[in-house]
Amino acid sequence: MTQPAFAARVDRALADPDLKRAIERTTGTARSKRAAAVAAWPDFAAARELGRDIKDHVTANLDHYLLTFERNATAAGAIVHWARTAQEACDIVVGICKAAGAASVTRAKSMLGEEIGLPHALADAGIERVETDLAEHIIQLAGDPPSHIVWPALHKTREQVAALFRAHHHDPGALATVAAMVASARRELRRRFMAADVGISGANFLIADTGAVCTVTNEGNAELTTTPPRVHIVTAGIEKLVPSTAHAMSLLRLLVRSATGAEVTQYTTFHCGPRRPGDADGPTAFHIVLVDNGRSRMLAEGLAEMLRCLRCGACLNHCVVFRQIGGHAYGGTYPGPMGAVLTPVLDGLAGTQDLPHACTLNGQCQEVCPVAIPLPTLLRGWRERSWREGLEPGVVRGSLFAWRFLVLRPALYRPATALALRVMRLFARRGWIARMPLAGGWTRHRDLPSPARQTFMAQLRQRRPSA
Amino acid sequence: MSAPQARPRVGLFVTCLVDLYRPTVGFAAIRLLEQAGCQVEVPRAQTCCGQPAYNTGDRATSRDLARGILDAFGGFDYVVVPSGSCGGMLREHLPHLFDDDPNLKARAAALAARSYELVAFLVDVRGVSVVDAAYAGTVTYHDSCAGLRELGVKDQPRRLLGSVAGLRLAEMAEPETCCGFGGTFCVKYPAISTRMVADKTRDIAASGADTLLAGDLGCLLNMAGRLKREASPVRSRHVAEVLAGMTDQVPPIGEARERG
Repeated sequence: MTQPAFAARVDRALADPDLKRAIERTTGTARSKRAAAVAAWPDFAAARELGRDIKDHVTANLDHYLLTFERNATAAGAIVHWARTAQEACDIVVGICKAAGAASVTRAKSMLGEEIGLPHALADAGIERVETDLAEHIIQLAGDPPSHIVWPALHKTREQVAALFRAHHHDPGALATVAAMVASARRELRRRFMAADVGISGANFLIADTGAVCTVTNEGNAELTTTPPRVHIVTAGIEKLVPSTAHAMSLLRLLVRSATGAEVTQYTTFHCGPRRPGDADGPTAFHIVLVDNGRSRMLAEGLAEMLRCLRCGACLNHCVVFRQIGGHAYGGTYPGPMGAVLTPVLDGLAGTQDLPHACTLNGQCQEVCPVAIPLPTLLRGWRERSWREGLEPGVVRGSLFAWRFLVLRPALYRPATALALRVMRLFARRGWIARMPLAGGWTRHRDLPSPARQTFMAQLRQRRPSA
Repeated sequence: MSAPQARPRVGLFVTCLVDLYRPTVGFAAIRLLEQAGCQVEVPRAQTCCGQPAYNTGDRATSRDLARGILDAFGGFDYVVVPSGSCGGMLREHLPHLFDDDPNLKARAAALAARSYELVAFLVDVRGVSVVDAAYAGTVTYHDSCAGLRELGVKDQPRRLLGSVAGLRLAEMAEPETCCGFGGTFCVKYPAISTRMVADKTRDIAASGADTLLAGDLGCLLNMAGRLKREASPVRSRHVAEVLAGMTDQVPPIGEARERG
């Protein structure tokens, strides 16, 4: 019933014994730390409503805040670019790199960069790319895409990382401890930070009334990526706008607690324009690429609430499906519940329709979302569209049609269910059905309790003839 | 809470799974509701709440079913459902099916506001705090997702179970984590669903309970079926059977009974 490509990715994930362990280590810690952070915050519910309202206000007035941001960023000395599509955004970034004569660029982790395919675009242009976030560094060495939006190397165990460093680092040392592994990565990356011509980062917030770009990291790599090079390029989705620094701080409190359970990140940096006269360091050119890539279409297509997303990853960490299959099985840039909503926007619904269906609609994602995105409702919206567009397989449509015929006709439904019970009971042995035609999806790994001898309605009629 | 109405007329929405798999749950619901002073009727013109269509994206079919539900249940003081999932469909989702039809939307909203999951209804509306039942065993209670998150069913079953003579409650790890049923999800994505239910049965076993209880038959069929496949000694029942004191009338889910 599923698309072969999705089924194959799921099978691969489920067959990997290390993956489940790696996922549970990281997401388990994230879940308990987030729970503690929320429990220690009496005003969490109110803060969540404020966060939701800030994002909704910006979404409703996007044109105003975009132009305000452009005006203030330009006044601070930034060069603002507009990109409608992923391709346009990549062309702009590659164009800036080429104009700067860049041979090597450093990049601080940015999911938007992954979304627009920037790593490939840089490679195609012959520009060397150095990922500076520790986890991004790991997956660059492994040649993997990110499997989580906060911990891109979530799928790698410590042992696998040590093996990668041993194979790729110039001076890996013993790598006996995590600290030794981090030290090896520092030695490897330090010289690259200083040698880069261009630094590329994303943005957590675009602050309209100052024109500043805010990034949050725990490793300090964003600061080393954006300060030494001559040119700094920011790529950001237009939904990152907030009216003011105060609004950014309200959202930051929600973002950090939801992502890692910490109260604040190690580094919270505001980038406002290029180096000014008298500054000790900083880039001489500062570019901001504002990317739409489907976001304004989301407004028009009933997905406006998704533009609230802060990319905290809480919905991934709490998703029972993600916890089983990990990020790569989703096949898009963004995995988990938020990815199941976004990937059909970015890659088209045809071919990705499994994502909104491979979900039990249990609602835990919405419960932990710091900006109350109704993820199950949005996923159901994709299911409705998939149904309307005829993307559901024939066997699903056929069974639903037959079922529809009966459930809409109670007078026919009663004898039909009575007959179904008799047939199903033919397959039962001592109360259980271990195998039955058309029930393989259930019975391959579970037994099916035998249905009742008589339906409730039939029994009730015998007990209460007037009913 | 306002004083409970003297003798409200309650329409019992049986649910298709109780009708086909576990009629005892329907009779347990009737007994509990009558003990709580309700006059219970079971409209014949009911089949399914429409979730299989609604969650597959077939809005038209769920609307057609919902119209029938409005006709069959519109006249009752309350609609009570022995399932958080079907209860959530009636209470949270029904009105949205008619967003483009103010007349039907108003009727659906009125019905939704009077619709309740069984145990939440007993505790929150009827003010029931003790039941007249006994159960010799250690139970663990799984919070089914829709009941928990759409309807706030969490403390009510535990409170009533606390009044069952001889019963001990042993909480499992992650009682609020989905069991992997998810309606059609479990047959559309059986490999993922199986891993989820296997994690759940691991937690059930670790609780030390001899009986698994929940308020939703779909989740129970899934977990009971997996427990059976693993040859677990843990037995499964709908919480209403225990609260109504009817466990001696029917064996646990799937257990064959030779007598009567």
